[in-house]
Amino acid sequence: MSLSPLQLTQEHLFAPAGITEQQLDKVFSHLQGADLADLYFQSSRYESWMLEDGIIKNGTYSIDQGVGVRMVVGEQTGFAYSDEINIDALTASAKAAAGIGKAGKSGQTQAWQARTPKNINSLYSYNNPLSQMSEDEKIALLKLTDKEARSASPYVTQVIANIAGVHEYILVADLEGNLNADIRPLVRMNITVIVEKNGKRESGSTGGGGRFAFDYFTQADRVREYAQEAVRLALVNLDAVDAPAGSQTVVLGSGWPGVLLHEAIGHGLEGDFNRKGTSAFSGRIGERVASKGVTVVDDGTLENRRGSLSIDDEGTPTNCTTLIEDGILKGYMQDKLNARLMGEQSTGNGRRESYAHLPMPRMTNTYMRTGEHDPQEIIASVDKGLYAVNFGGGQVDITSGKFVFSASEAYLIENGKITRPVKGATLIGNGPDVLTKVSMIGNDLALDKGVGVCGKAGQSVPVGVGQPTLKIDGLTIGGTEA
Amino acid sequence: MDIETKNKTQQALQAIAEQVLEASKKHGATDAELSMSRGTGLSVEIHMDKVDKLEYHRDQGLNLTVYMGQHTGSASSSDLSPQAIEDTVKAACNIAKFTGEDEFTGLAPAELMAETKANNDSLDLYHPWDLAAEQAIDIARECETAARDYDKRIINSDGASISTYSGVSLIANSHGFMGIIPSSRHSLSCSVIGQEKGDSDMQRDYWYSTARKNEALETPKRVGEKAAERTLARLRGKQINTRESAVLYSPEMARSLLGHFTSAIGGGAQYRKSTFLLDSVGEKIFPEFIRLHEQPHLPGGFSSSCFDKEGVATKDRDIVTDGVVQSYILSSYTARQLGLQTTANAGGTHNLTLESTGQSLNELLKELGTGFFVTELIGSGVNAITGDYSRGAAGFWVENGVIQYPVEEVTVAGNLKDMFQNIIAVGNDIDLRSGTRTGSILVDGMMIAGK
Repeated sequence: MSLSPLQLTQEHLFAPAGITEQQLDKVFSHLQGADLADLYFQSSRYESWMLEDGIIKNGTYSIDQGVGVRMVVGEQTGFAYSDEINIDALTASAKAAAGIGKAGKSGQTQAWQARTPKNINSLYSYNNPLSQMSEDEKIALLKLTDKEARSASPYVTQVIANIAGVHEYILVADLEGNLNADIRPLVRMNITVIVEKNGKRESGSTGGGGRFAFDYFTQADRVREYAQEAVRLALVNLDAVDAPAGSQTVVLGSGWPGVLLHEAIGHGLEGDFNRKGTSAFSGRIGERVASKGVTVVDDGTLENRRGSLSIDDEGTPTNCTTLIEDGILKGYMQDKLNARLMGEQSTGNGRRESYAHLPMPRMTNTYMRTGEHDPQEIIASVDKGLYAVNFGGGQVDITSGKFVFSASEAYLIENGKITRPVKGATLIGNGPDVLTKVSMIGNDLALDKGVGVCGKAGQSVPVGVGQPTLKIDGLTIGGTEA
Repeated sequence: MDIETKNKTQQALQAIAEQVLEASKKHGATDAELSMSRGTGLSVEIHMDKVDKLEYHRDQGLNLTVYMGQHTGSASSSDLSPQAIEDTVKAACNIAKFTGEDEFTGLAPAELMAETKANNDSLDLYHPWDLAAEQAIDIARECETAARDYDKRIINSDGASISTYSGVSLIANSHGFMGIIPSSRHSLSCSVIGQEKGDSDMQRDYWYSTARKNEALETPKRVGEKAAERTLARLRGKQINTRESAVLYSPEMARSLLGHFTSAIGGGAQYRKSTFLLDSVGEKIFPEFIRLHEQPHLPGGFSSSCFDKEGVATKDRDIVTDGVVQSYILSSYTARQLGLQTTANAGGTHNLTLESTGQSLNELLKELGTGFFVTELIGSGVNAITGDYSRGAAGFWVENGVIQYPVEEVTVAGNLKDMFQNIIAVGNDIDLRSGTRTGSILVDGMMIAGK
């Protein structure tokens, strides 16, 4: 019989340090009186390879492990961590984290005992994604990106490609005696090309990945697809004219432009900001924040997606959480602490960058459900506007609700037709009302290709986004052409 | 980390570094270089007068690069036990067996190293603060209270926090170079939320103070009040019409313009030809009055160091004189790619300073006359290869040198090449809170997109 992820993780994290469940009882004795306390064990292996000038220039291998100890009393959190996994370091961290407990209730001494583990439906393979391929095969893969990109256009002057993969074991032990473990694979490939034509230079970048092994990139002709897409993007921008400045109708393409949802509404619906009343969406559950037909979810349960997790970093199974349903604000994304303080349940959105960081409510895969319009029909309905299909990053001020996201591939729409490519420009809007300006929703829902990274309070986590083609009646475009 | 712990840590790191270099040789590396660090810290965050978070930090790590002839391999570890070190060295050496031959790779030239046992102690960078949790809580509380009591339109808080960190880093390589970098940093910050009575819109702003010596931090009251003032100033912000205008960047925002410039003249961007300032040494990229220089040995500076990440001795130098680019920003690798010599910038610049043209902020507002004073930028809309620039902005509309009202939900756009040429003045209101030092920068001829 094969071992469960919990057994495998205990073998990987506890056995080398000789940590037993009886010893965890001692550690938890320092955390009595907590409303919430947990130990987060983590061990990860990261590997990456980089190609430039047709040469594999460097590779790196990282070994990272540690344990974070958290004690929550009321709204107050005490936290300490150690990059050694052994009982002494664990005890020292527990004592430090318990510094917060001085303000809390007096401890009732109850022996800690592991509960019978729950069955968790895993969304990805436990196998080591890094060892699925030999070094020679990984190198061959990168060399293929170079070859495919250069054969896609004679104007390509530089190809920079990298692949990176992580194999991670995590185990969360909480005060109630729950032990939850997960073994997570994550791989990613990125390609950037530089093109030069008639003295003009441009670059194009693309990539993909997910919770797969490296052999994901050998399937379905993915390498060729990424290489050709990067070259296409760079060439389009060579011919781009200045983007318009001011408010216009904007049609957003399907897939990655869903970064709109992540910035404009996603962050504003994270439980911590709403518990503290600092979000532009605070106290607005039940109100209309989007046009009819707009339904947005955060879904951590999609198999093999970059933003997916079988359990979150507090041991809660992930969910598909409805944020907006038919235009009405339905709910927030919660971790345990904020859910408890708001009288709600965790939605499985408690995530952390590593054992050295505290968990907080974070997105997983955030997307808008599909609509009924043919994308062609949406474009044909616009007299004058912008069609934006690729984006770089975005940012939001959750209190004022103002958000930006920067287009890296966009075209003018003139009289219902896509005409010239325009230079990248930043789009700016107001989160709580931008979705009320959605006037058409496409029938072409797509998710991104799996390279998204979200930053919040200094912590980065992998995420996904998606949406169908969308028409927004009025968004400010930050170009230079008045 | 007190002085005794620091000295012990220093010795421990030195001993580990020797082991790593030895093990690298044993596993077949012809050369090796590494950086290591170990440090401790405490941070406290207060929200609405209650402790929100109390965090103890304890970090350590090793980053290793090995060379086998012209083949490179890297590895890192957060575990510094003998077994982990052995595994890390093996991993790096294994990678070097598979990477391609790169004629430009390797250590920096031995003759450019800072003295063999270099130490940044002389630069006054280490002032640990024995801050107890209770004391930290009191300070952060005082800071947040000052902000919340400042005005009744401050309706909520995004928290006040205090943090202290001290530790030792070490850089070593197989030339025999070993450099020690003891450093400390303490910060106090506050962010509060304001709302006009009867309004539903909220605004948030913040202020922070940061220093290597805790005595040099601004008082909690001052930080809190400044945060409140800044938040209040943003209430009832509005979107303006699309227009062309001069833009005055506050010192905090002006720093990002220098960041775009240093990226563009960075060695990597130059040899990859992925920059809008390709082959720009000797070219007049800025007006004549612009001087940009590096001061690596400033006592207590946030980017002070006697050596760079490769052990190369740093020295004062001009990057831009009379508006003309003097040199790129190079590591030994990028220098070899370009057939030049390293500028001791592996790991970044050291106290980059833009000389002021002498005006105060008020004088610059007068010089702006009618235009946009930008105090916040969001998003990352910069194309490094073309210089096209478009970012979200907030700030104030200014008429006849006087602030009229707050502005939000607009973008500022242009091309960096033009923006650099169109700099009119650099203020003397220099922000000293980072390793890049500049006052406000006034730029003519930008496009503002709004309504």
